Amino acid sequence: MSLLFNQTSQIEGDIESLLDNISKSVMIFSAAIKNYLNDEIDIFLKRMSEVKELETSVDELRRQIRYKLYTKMLIPESRGDMLSLLETIDNVIDTTEEVLVQFDIQKPKIPKELNKDILELVETSCKAADFTVMAARGYIKNSELINDYINKTYFYEHEADRVENRIKRQLFDSNEIVSDLAEKMHISKFVELIAKLSDDGQDVCERLSVATIKRSI
Amino acid sequence: MSLIIIFLSSGLFLGWSLGANDAANIFGTAVGTKMLRFTTAAIVGSIFVIIGAVISGAGASHTLGKLGAVDAIAGSFTVAFAAAFTVFWMTKMKLPVSTSQAVVGAIIGWNMFAGRATDTSALTKIVTTWVVCPVLAAVFSFSLFFLVKYLLRFSKISIIRQDSYTRVALLFVGAFGAYSLGANNIANVMGVFIPVSPFPDITIAGVFPLTSVQLLFLLGGVAIAVGIFTYSKRVMMTVGNSIFKLSPVGAFIVVLASSLVLFLFASAELQVWLTSHNLPGWPLVPVSSSQAVVGAVLGIGLAKSGGKNVDYRVIGRIGMGWIATPVVSGALSFVFLFIMQNLFMQPVFA
Repeated sequence: MSLLFNQTSQIEGDIESLLDNISKSVMIFSAAIKNYLNDEIDIFLKRMSEVKELETSVDELRRQIRYKLYTKMLIPESRGDMLSLLETIDNVIDTTEEVLVQFDIQKPKIPKELNKDILELVETSCKAADFTVMAARGYIKNSELINDYINKTYFYEHEADRVENRIKRQLFDSNEIVSDLAEKMHISKFVELIAKLSDDGQDVCERLSVATIKRSI
Repeated sequence: MSLIIIFLSSGLFLGWSLGANDAANIFGTAVGTKMLRFTTAAIVGSIFVIIGAVISGAGASHTLGKLGAVDAIAGSFTVAFAAAFTVFWMTKMKLPVSTSQAVVGAIIGWNMFAGRATDTSALTKIVTTWVVCPVLAAVFSFSLFFLVKYLLRFSKISIIRQDSYTRVALLFVGAFGAYSLGANNIANVMGVFIPVSPFPDITIAGVFPLTSVQLLFLLGGVAIAVGIFTYSKRVMMTVGNSIFKLSPVGAFIVVLASSLVLFLFASAELQVWLTSHNLPGWPLVPVSSSQAVVGAVLGIGLAKSGGKNVDYRVIGRIGMGWIATPVVSGALSFVFLFIMQNLFMQPVFA
């Protein structure tokens, strides 16, 4: 019986670390984009490598959790839900890494006039991702606050969509900020990439709300 | 001795069928949902069924004895055989059936055949208990549902830890359920053989004294254990995966609620304690564990959705079983006793 409780503690620890790492990567992501917009490229690159390391460790943790859940026959009823939660929440950290890598490779030229709006989009998307991590923690810890977190994620995802569309309109409505269509498309692509973070959060929360209903006694 | 074993065989078959079917009421969801391994469930179930039967089996058997004391071993064999055949046949016809109700019908059949009067006060007590059993199980599971929900909400344990605790809880509550099943239902298996028990009182290893009746119950308990090991796995897989789709925590509530009911109707100690404190004592009567489980599941259904998702036809089926099972079993018992007496030339009453 003590073996059962040891395994329980180990998996609890692994899941905690996984969620902590995702939460950290979201914070670093937000700071890194600010650095990019302020032309602090050295710091941006340092933060990007931090996110890469976190992403690698999350992948490893996810593999270990999956292995332990199956080999130790834990939570047979909710195992499928738990694994699909871990798979989808992994997309959040993947997106933070992917966006930073694309910024590094493609080096989009963001006009200063758009900085404020882009930062607002980053902030809103990161809030959606933060509440997603809280909702996932709520599911695992059986917290009654889970629905609040899910609703907040949905709210910030809508907000992110609104800001994304506002930036695109600013870009395409006139040629004052950017005149070249290719550049417009390029910036627009990055705006979509940043907003994808909140979409990933929404996906996780949709699964979580079903899993929560299934979990009630 | 070999003749005695042949005569006991119908009771042993009832025991086997009880183990095969009713163990699934206790461990079905736990094994079906892979929360417990079948071997663990079977070992724990068998040990506690036997302990329950030997230690606490006397109370409910006494009530059956009052209904009708079958006083010739060929009669006991035929009564148990009629009950077993009723259970087998009605199960095959997919009709709701319970061993407890079949045995009572068969005993009344014997009373009629032997020209003995049926003790109506004992019969009323038994039939009232049948009705009270699922209702009480529903009340228990309804209350336990809210208690467990409250505890889970305020304990703030993780999903993984809750899973571990639920496994341990299912094992403990399963052991309690098996004990209660043995204590309550051994009367169905061996009750009709008590007045004709062929065994002497013995002492095992000079330490454990066993009366003749306890030896009979031990044998019945072993038959139940054999039923659990040889046949209950497939029943558990069916219960766990199809009929009652319960979560592991829901299963814990259902098993605890129905086991409490079986325990209440079997525990002589509790009855003594209640009456000594001027509280109304429970009658000790063998009840149907399946009907207790159905009652408990309905209780959870009521607690969860206010009864919106409850299939009330189930209640009708149970009610039909209360009447149909004893009638069929009583009629069969009468016919079989006639055959036993006139074809096989065996005395079926003294």
